[in-house]
Amino acid sequence: MFANCLDRLRALLLSVLLLSCFALPALAGPFEDSVAKFANDEFSDTEAAIGEVASSGNPLASPIISALQDGRLSADPDSKKVFITKTDGSIIDAATGAAVDKLPDNAAAVRLNNRLRRTVEAALGGLTLLSPDPAKRLAAAQSVFKSHEESLLPTVDNALAKETVKSIKQAFAEARAAIILFKSDATDSDKLDAIAVVKSRGDQEALALLSDLGTDQPPLVAKAAASAISSIQSNLAMWSMVQNAWYGLSLGSVLLLAAIGLAITFGVMGVINMAHGEMVMLGAYTTFVVQEVIRARYPGLFDYSLLIAVPLAFVVAGAVGVVIERTIIRFLYGRPLETLLATWGLSLVLQQAVRTLFGPTNREVGNPSWMSGAFDLGQITITYNRLWILCFTLAVFAILLAMLRYTALGLEMRAVTQNRRMAASMGIATSRVDALTFGLGSGIAGIAGVALSQIDNVSPNLGQSYIIDSFMVVVFGGVGNLWGTLVGAFTLGIANKFLEPVAGAVLGKIAILVLIILFIQKRPRGLFALKGRAVEA
Amino acid sequence: MTPHILTRSLDRAAATFILVVATLGVLIPLSNLLLPQGSALHVPTYLVALWGKYVCYAILALSIDLIWGYCGILSLGHGAFFALGGYAMGMYLMRQIGSRGVYGNPVLPDFMVFLNWSKLPWYWYGFDHFAFAALMVLLVPGLLAFCFGWLAFRSRVTGVYLSIITQAMTYALLLAFFRNDFGFGGNNGLTDFKDILGFNVQAEGTRCALFLLSCLALIIAFMMCRAVVSSKLGKVLIAVRDAESRTRFLGYRVESYKLFVFTLSACMAGVAGALYVPQVGIINPSEFAPGNSIEAVIWVAVGGRGTLVGAALGAVVVNYAKTFFTSGPLAPYWLFMLGALFILVTLLLPKGIVGTFNSWRENQRSTGIAADEASAAREDGVRAPKMAE
Repeated sequence: MFANCLDRLRALLLSVLLLSCFALPALAGPFEDSVAKFANDEFSDTEAAIGEVASSGNPLASPIISALQDGRLSADPDSKKVFITKTDGSIIDAATGAAVDKLPDNAAAVRLNNRLRRTVEAALGGLTLLSPDPAKRLAAAQSVFKSHEESLLPTVDNALAKETVKSIKQAFAEARAAIILFKSDATDSDKLDAIAVVKSRGDQEALALLSDLGTDQPPLVAKAAASAISSIQSNLAMWSMVQNAWYGLSLGSVLLLAAIGLAITFGVMGVINMAHGEMVMLGAYTTFVVQEVIRARYPGLFDYSLLIAVPLAFVVAGAVGVVIERTIIRFLYGRPLETLLATWGLSLVLQQAVRTLFGPTNREVGNPSWMSGAFDLGQITITYNRLWILCFTLAVFAILLAMLRYTALGLEMRAVTQNRRMAASMGIATSRVDALTFGLGSGIAGIAGVALSQIDNVSPNLGQSYIIDSFMVVVFGGVGNLWGTLVGAFTLGIANKFLEPVAGAVLGKIAILVLIILFIQKRPRGLFALKGRAVEA
Repeated sequence: MTPHILTRSLDRAAATFILVVATLGVLIPLSNLLLPQGSALHVPTYLVALWGKYVCYAILALSIDLIWGYCGILSLGHGAFFALGGYAMGMYLMRQIGSRGVYGNPVLPDFMVFLNWSKLPWYWYGFDHFAFAALMVLLVPGLLAFCFGWLAFRSRVTGVYLSIITQAMTYALLLAFFRNDFGFGGNNGLTDFKDILGFNVQAEGTRCALFLLSCLALIIAFMMCRAVVSSKLGKVLIAVRDAESRTRFLGYRVESYKLFVFTLSACMAGVAGALYVPQVGIINPSEFAPGNSIEAVIWVAVGGRGTLVGAALGAVVVNYAKTFFTSGPLAPYWLFMLGALFILVTLLLPKGIVGTFNSWRENQRSTGIAADEASAAREDGVRAPKMAE
């Protein structure tokens, strides 16, 4: 807060320096009179002085107002002279800017009350309207829009005329509209124009502004305001739908990422791998280790840490997967319930191993610069990491589909899962394919871990939180069908986010679980069941 | 001839089991109450409560064995029925606290006063009567299991799918019970119990009585399971386990059989939970955690699926090991051991302790007859229904 003020102050001083090049001495007369009003020690005079100084365009205006805000403005009631104590301790005459050695003995700080403090803030906002920093101008325009301080109208008009950046010009126009809307002596047609401008802004603040307008308006204006309000409300409702949909897509991409490996091991191979979540966790911890090494040895490579972690995580989790398949799962084919128990035990062992190695607490995994930050799209904010994860998920999905469709290994995998004995008769080494398929599924889970490390806590329990959701996605989408997993993940994600505002986060999740349980009753084989003549044994 | 021998040997095992449980149920309380503190044979009160807990787990394991071992239904949500029974008992115990709570409200439990609730929610009505609570202990898990099973079995959700949705069920309940506004104490659950039927829960006498009751419940549950599995109904259940479609094609209403045994099993789990709560002194939502239910399944697998005695034995052995290891310097390694237990039992000891022992004895008796091997394997068969390819 304080640092912020200092920043603003520094910018003000800078702007003063720049402006002082063009300062017009001719303005000195009335400006001096205005400044002298500070010495009257009357709140009403101080208020008038603030307004006059702020709209004077004098380079000293902004130091005076900010000094007033910080209690550094002193006045001598006898000589009617006003002084600024600068932040470095030196003193100048507020009316002329001339340096002064010391304050007169009877000089006292100009007093403020709460109402005046607001006026001061608004005046400062008006002064920053002319700041050379575009970001500051924009912020000032926004704050004027909110405060719609009438005294700033000339400043805003001035700034609007000078402005060259299109988006800031728009903000100034909106600020001007806000002021006019609340200006008691503005004509109806001006107000109607202003309502149109505010309406086109169409966000929550515009809505708040119009709602503040009050009922004592001329009927024409009141009607226009009411219709603007309802139009903004429907606009906002639409954007909140868009926002929910985006959140849903984002959640869906996370679910898909977690479930996609499971779609291979469970969906294609029929192996219930309860340790799937732990493969995700291994991927996340691989990212952590990669980042630690990079931080310690090659800090310059930090932005590439995820690119390095992705193949490594695939290899680590995939290798663990192959080992698990060779040592445990291959003895349990055709016994799904036993597989479930054994892999659950395995997940306990893996969790405890990671807990022993890395400690039970959350580990810090950083966002590379290209994944942090956000941008605005209409009325919603989209964070880069969510967007990247969505793209990444779709890329992984596409690559996986292509791999199954076009590579020799993919062909062998499909052959083995469709008819194991015939595939073996054709010379496919089925047990090798089993191991590789399981490794592939686990490796993809590892890749998911890299992405999830960016948005979730990296702890030994990371995988646990995804396992039930992942199974739900695969079962809901239909076992053995990657497209089903895609549709299932996004359906569940979006449904979840649309239920959340209605039912709350936890109840929404419970509702989804209940809905899935009921859905499975209706379609026990999921959305996209494989058609065929196979029945359960 | 072999099946006959097998049944007789199992009968002897059953008799031994009942005898052992009955003896323990009488001796442990007696030793706690009658022998002086210093005596070598004196059982301290905390051990009585601990063993009481094991016995409750044994009842839960029996209920799982009944559906998994004999009907092939692997429920990963049986902890939910256990916890629901526990909550029903916990609600009774909460009402018994009366005005002795921290806030001294004669009607509302402390957590409701804390949440600024002004009156008791409707679902808490009646829990001040023990008989009503006892009925709910059976009814709530039973009804949930009935509805759940009715939906699941009718639409032929089997095998792994059923396991996963039972897990989702207990997970959903876990999330629900964690909520404060659900009215069951949020994540703190129900605790700080004072009286049960007018007796102090903490008192030695009450603990011993509860232990005796738990043993009695275990014996009754065991005999009931024996009665079910050795009846004609039991034969159909085994047929469902081994070849569900074939049984259906023979004209049996498979869903009805499964629904009956699933509901019965849920009621048993509820009773186990109800006996568990006063002995442990707390019930909270973590009892719904999916991990707990899976752990209960592994007790059955360790002891021996489809043997009943084995399930109870497995529950006691695994939990004794858990207490032993988690309280010593080996605590950090317990999860390794538990995980290894899951893996090794499924890989190397698929019939469990009792099942392996039985088939070993079988081999001893009829050496060299290959046919016996095959038939024994079929009898003990722990084959689960295969997934659809």
